Amino acid sequence: MKRFFKNPPPNVNPEDLNGKLVVIEGPDSSGRSTQIELLSKWLEMKGYPVVQTGLKRSLLVAEELESALQGNVLSPRTLTLFYATDFYDQLENIIIPSLRAGFIVLADRYIYTLMARAIIRGAEREWIESIYEMAIIPDLVLYLYVSPSVLVERTFQAHQQLDYWESGMDLGFSKDWFTSFLKYQRRMRLEFKRMEKKFGFEIINANRTPKSVDRDLKARIARVIDEAEK
Amino acid sequence: MDNVAQVKGKLIVVEGTDGSGKSTQAHLLYEWILGLNCKVFFSEWNSSAIVKGATKKGKKRLALTPTTFSAIHATDFADRYERQILPMLKAGYIVICDRYIFTAFARDSVRGCNLEWLKKLYSFALIPHITFFYKVPLEVACERILAGRPQLKFFEAGMDLNLSSDITESFKIFQGRILKEYLSLSRQYKFTVIDGTKDVHYQQTLARKIVEEKIELSRFRKRSMQ
Repeated sequence: MKRFFKNPPPNVNPEDLNGKLVVIEGPDSSGRSTQIELLSKWLEMKGYPVVQTGLKRSLLVAEELESALQGNVLSPRTLTLFYATDFYDQLENIIIPSLRAGFIVLADRYIYTLMARAIIRGAEREWIESIYEMAIIPDLVLYLYVSPSVLVERTFQAHQQLDYWESGMDLGFSKDWFTSFLKYQRRMRLEFKRMEKKFGFEIINANRTPKSVDRDLKARIARVIDEAEK
Repeated sequence: MDNVAQVKGKLIVVEGTDGSGKSTQAHLLYEWILGLNCKVFFSEWNSSAIVKGATKKGKKRLALTPTTFSAIHATDFADRYERQILPMLKAGYIVICDRYIFTAFARDSVRGCNLEWLKKLYSFALIPHITFFYKVPLEVACERILAGRPQLKFFEAGMDLNLSSDITESFKIFQGRILKEYLSLSRQYKFTVIDGTKDVHYQQTLARKIVEEKIELSRFRKRSMQ
C-alpha cells in the first residue's frame, strides 16, 4: 500500500504496491551516486531486490530533454513540463511496476529537486505542486546537505569546472560563475528547508566522510525495512 | 498569471472532434484576416519543433500512458505558448489556434486523467476571446474521417483504452466520449457553437460575422512600410 500526494495516476491501484520507495536528494557532488551504489550493494546482500531511478533517465524523453538543456532553448515553464513528462514516464514504467513486484526503489532525486528548481525560476508553488500530485509519497526522503563552499571544492576535484545549470547561470544572478554557483546553491538550500517540514525530509550532514554518511543512511533505511518485516 | 485583458492582441480558438471541419474553418479565417492586411498568426496543436520528436517516438513505440500522453502534450503546448502565442498576443497580433487547451481537457479526461488536474496543468494559458466549437453528430464526424482516410492511428482511435479490438469501432466509441466532454466544456467556457453539418461557406460567413462583431479588425492592420 502506497499513498499518493493526491490521486494516483489512472489505472494504478495503491494497494498493489508493496515495495519501498527511498529517495536520496541533494545537490550535485553531494555524494548521491556513490551512496546509492553502496546502499544498493548492501540491500542486495541482505537479500532485497533493488532498482534505481533518477531524473532525466526516461526512455520517453531523456534524450530530447538533454539536447534541449544543451542548447538552453526552452523557457522555464516548458522545461518544467518536460521534466514532469520524464518523471511520470519513470513513475509509471519503473517505480510503480517495481513496487508492485516488491522491490526497493532507490531514487537518485525525486520531485523535490524538480519543484525547487522550478520555484526558483518563477513557477507558482501551487502550480508546481499540483503537477506532481500523482506522485507516490516516499517511505523515506534523505536529503544530503553539503555546505556550498565544500560543494565547490568537491565539484572542482571531480570535474575541474562548474556546471551551467547547477550554477544557475540561466538566472542571471551574476556573470561570474563562482558567485552565481554559491548564490544558486544557497537558494536551493533555502527551498529545501522550506519543504523539509511539509514533506518530512530527514537531513543528513554530508560534509562528513562518505563512510560516516553511509553508516548514517543505512541505519535510517534499516528502520524502514525492519518496520515492514514486523 | 497573465490576464486576457492585459494583452493587446486577440486569441481565437477553434475546437471540435476529428472530422468536425474545424481545421478548414480555421484556415479560412486565417486567410481572410491575412487578406485584410492584419497582423495574424496561426498555430497548430502538437507542433513545437523541439518536443514533437519525443511525442512521435512515444506514439510509435506505443509507450504513452494517459499521464505521459497528457504531460508531453502540455510540454509541447507550453513551448508554443511561451515562444509564440503569448509574445504575439502581447505584441498586438490576432492569434488563431487550431485546437487549444480544451482539446487536452476533453481527450485526456476521456483517457482517465483527472479534469481538475488538467485544468491546473494548463492554468497558465489565457482563456480565448472567442472559442468556436464546431459541433457535428458523432455519425457524421466518423463518416467523414472513415471515408477520407481509412488508416486510423493507434492513439487517435483511442486503442490504448481497450474500448474495442476493432480499430474503427474503438475510434467511434472514443470520439463519442470526447464529444460528450466537449459539450460539457462548451457550457463551462461559453464556446461559440457552430453547426458543422452546414455548408462550409455558410459556416465561414457566420464565423466571420461573429469575429467582426467581437474584434475591431481595423485596429490590427499592419503598418505600411513606406
